[in-house]
Amino acid sequence: MKVIKIDKNQWSQGLEQLRNAFRLFGPVGNGKASSIQELAPGQAPDLTFANTRLSPKNLVFPQSEVMLNYSLDPDDPERNILKEAPKDYAPRAVIGMRPCDAKALSLVKMNFDTDQYQDPYWLNLYNATTFVGLACDAPASTCFCTTAGCGPYHEEGLDVLLVSQKDGYLAKPLTDKGDQLLKAAGWSQAADADKVIADAKAAAEARIVSKVESDSLRAADTMALYGAPFWEDISFACLNCGTCTFSCPTCWCFDIQDEAYRKKGVRIRNWDSCMFPIFTVHTTGHNPRDTKLQRVRQRFMHKLKYFVDKYDQGIMCVGCGRCVRQCPVNIDIRRVSAMMNSMASAAQCAVGGK
Amino acid sequence: MSTYTEKIREISQRLLKECKVEMVIGFRQGTLPMMNEPCIVRKPEEVERLVWDSNCGINLANYLTNRKEKIGVVAKGCDSRNIVTHILENKIKREQLVIIGVPCQGMIDKRKIAAGVQGEILSVAEADGEVTVQTAAGAQTFKKAEVLQQNCSVCTHRNPVIHDEMVAEPVAEQTGVDPYADVAAIEAMSAEERWKFFEELLAPCIRCYACRNACPLCYCPTCFVDESKPQWVGKGQDPIDVRTFHFLRAYHCAGRCTDCGACERACPVGINMRLLTKKLNKDCLALYGWEAGLAEDKRPALDTYKANDPENFIH
Repeated sequence: MKVIKIDKNQWSQGLEQLRNAFRLFGPVGNGKASSIQELAPGQAPDLTFANTRLSPKNLVFPQSEVMLNYSLDPDDPERNILKEAPKDYAPRAVIGMRPCDAKALSLVKMNFDTDQYQDPYWLNLYNATTFVGLACDAPASTCFCTTAGCGPYHEEGLDVLLVSQKDGYLAKPLTDKGDQLLKAAGWSQAADADKVIADAKAAAEARIVSKVESDSLRAADTMALYGAPFWEDISFACLNCGTCTFSCPTCWCFDIQDEAYRKKGVRIRNWDSCMFPIFTVHTTGHNPRDTKLQRVRQRFMHKLKYFVDKYDQGIMCVGCGRCVRQCPVNIDIRRVSAMMNSMASAAQCAVGGK
Repeated sequence: MSTYTEKIREISQRLLKECKVEMVIGFRQGTLPMMNEPCIVRKPEEVERLVWDSNCGINLANYLTNRKEKIGVVAKGCDSRNIVTHILENKIKREQLVIIGVPCQGMIDKRKIAAGVQGEILSVAEADGEVTVQTAAGAQTFKKAEVLQQNCSVCTHRNPVIHDEMVAEPVAEQTGVDPYADVAAIEAMSAEERWKFFEELLAPCIRCYACRNACPLCYCPTCFVDESKPQWVGKGQDPIDVRTFHFLRAYHCAGRCTDCGACERACPVGINMRLLTKKLNKDCLALYGWEAGLAEDKRPALDTYKANDPENFIH
């Protein structure tokens, strides 16, 4: 599949043409922050943003999603029967998400799409969506994607990668889905731009100054990390709010609730957070993760150790930096990972030195 | 303010060395501009971690709830008022605490600064009432008074109301400020306008509960929004449930809130939910002459009954 050149004057025209085949989503700014929203007719995505305040995971995993409907009406012969809620799974395209957030989708997919279980809600939305990424030429000082198995031009999870140029965009189709989107938009001017993209990629990667240290975590002893002395220091400031988990593109936990009003009810699923005490409360009232320290440890151990061990695909973090920027008390995953990593590497040295 | 830092370290070291306290709760330097992190120091040699500047807006009274140790705690004016409230509500005992009082000159609003510059903020430094912000484009200087958190700009209790140590002489309290001008503007709206205002105010809420959890008043073992037997509030993003959370939380803070601003500061989506608690602060002052956390020997307004309490607001 060839790289396509999109001139500025073809851009908005192509977007409008896409509307015949897709519902369009993209970043929209309000002067203070930007978020991925459905684009109204004539509305272009704002591709000047650094990154959206919240990750675009709600595109495939809404914060609150109705799964099933039911009737509680005694006169309704179908009362108490759970029925699939009607959904719109018509083709959608998101224009201009960041490569880190696309990589996050591929990590989350490991959880929602397994040999044994397939989550229909997540997968239906995922399959209905074409993901058009925007390569990142001006990363923030809190971006550490290149050490988190990702990068400003990373392609994993995307169908098309857009690269910003002076006079328009270069579009690199990465999947059949992406190829079809470009055709549907009428963008077809092939360009010999592999070198241009490779150079821009190298330049963008060089602009990532922040790092996460995680190279020793895979080999580390799980119980040694679990019992490490630093968890009180790490967790002390934590408020146990859900900011980190809700803004994180790779956090996937949810809670299922029934909500009934008069004669109707719905079964919905809502984002949940391992930071919340009720996340783990049993019906007996017992809470196996009853303290802040246990909850904070769980979040970091899951992202930086349990996930690493279970999937052998690196850490459960793409380096988007949202939790770093938004934590109200400045708990910084880069600092935590460095502490875990240096403990792990010290332990390895001790074993090797015997 | 670096003299504050030195003094905090000096006092903390002495308290730890003399075993007056088991730990000191203060702030350490954050990893981002305009962010410091609450921390514990347990050893005299660790006091070098402690810092003080205009980015210590988190209310440290929040970290005292139900603790059993003997604690040194760094406290600016609002923190000290919440410590008084904590003592009155039996969440900590006065004799457990050595309060290291900080005369406060206000905390910086990082969102105000971000809105005033182009591009990402790389570093922020303050000196002589000015704040200098470095971005890729260069340096920009603000008067500190112009970039204060809104609650700090109308604060009239900058000096700690109780303390065992002081890091400096008290600062002059602000006079002639109207803390409730923003609330009065909302009161002046028609019911429809007001409803629309609240709808828009709370629309970005993601129910992360950072506001609740940053608040020293919110220490219930199980918050009403988390109860399941019975369940009082839906847990989804239905606007009715979102508003129920914010309105009820505000009422739970009536007569207790010190307008420390921790809730607004903590909010990841920039909601000023202080407008709700401030309305109740305003009413408590007007009806009962009550401001929270000013005296250890007075019961809070909604904690007591007097025969001549006003009741004309009861319908």
